[in-house]
Amino acid sequence: MSRFRVAVHIVPRKGILDPQGKAVSDALHSLGFDGVTDTRIGRHIVLHIAAPDAKTADAQVREMCGKLLANPVTEDFEIATVEAA
Amino acid sequence: MKFGIVTFPGSNCDYDSYHAVADTLGLPAVYLWHKDTDLQGVDVVVLPGGFSYGDYLRAGAIARFSPIMREVATHARAGGPVLGICNGFQIACEAGLLPGALLRNEKLQFVSDRVYIRVENADTMFTSRYESGDVLRIPVAHGDGRFTADAETLDRLEGEGRVIFRYVNASGAPDETSNPNGSMRDIAGIISAEGNVLGLMPHPERAMEDLVGSADGRRLFESLLARVSA
Repeated sequence: MSRFRVAVHIVPRKGILDPQGKAVSDALHSLGFDGVTDTRIGRHIVLHIAAPDAKTADAQVREMCGKLLANPVTEDFEIATVEAA
Repeated sequence: MKFGIVTFPGSNCDYDSYHAVADTLGLPAVYLWHKDTDLQGVDVVVLPGGFSYGDYLRAGAIARFSPIMREVATHARAGGPVLGICNGFQIACEAGLLPGALLRNEKLQFVSDRVYIRVENADTMFTSRYESGDVLRIPVAHGDGRFTADAETLDRLEGEGRVIFRYVNASGAPDETSNPNGSMRDIAGIISAEGNVLGLMPHPERAMEDLVGSADGRRLFESLLARVSA
């Protein structure tokens, strides 16, 4: 078994009202960042896991996202990085 | 008829629910611990309000994996009544007993208030002692009450008469200030397809006696009593 550090991004799904994101977009516009068209605020989860290889670690974290880490009704997730740790 | 009130770590309306059932209505009630694996023969399960597991990750996300929830799901599949109030509604959605999800209030503030809700469907085991269109004054206290689902699910809920309570004003009509959390289509409570799992954000168990400002929640429990005793 090897050890991996897996980082996951979880964000509110497109089309779901994200009031925090909207407030931040408005603040960015008032700072002059007119190019910002959307802001989504979610969470970043870093897991350390033991797995035979990176592919298995990735698959396990996807399963975790489906079952617990993300809500399939309202959130999307993406595995940001899988690194040997 | 016996009520079972589940206590999760962080539940804080379990005593209110117990008081509503045992002291106000004089019915048998027991607490069920989240680690229990036996419902002790209860007829109705109440998932009470609070902040189970500190609302970590998402409200209700961790509580749904408590050992007792496996028994609650089995009870629900067999047609047993389950009443999810506030955090209990969130847990029921996370557990897949009800569709949709409850997200952070639109204005990002915790809301503690008395609101008006309208009974949309009195033909359920939880609402038979009301009339459709009745306007109730019931407390709310939540930070994550914005009911959210995709349009298809919302249409199905409405088409099947499964939107049970909607936020309105004192006259019984929705207006720009009557929805406390931005929930889609002003939804305050929904029921499962089989009609035995009700989830709602407002707290009927805190509106059982005129002494505390409203007894409008009482008929919800009396409806259950009429149904289950029949």
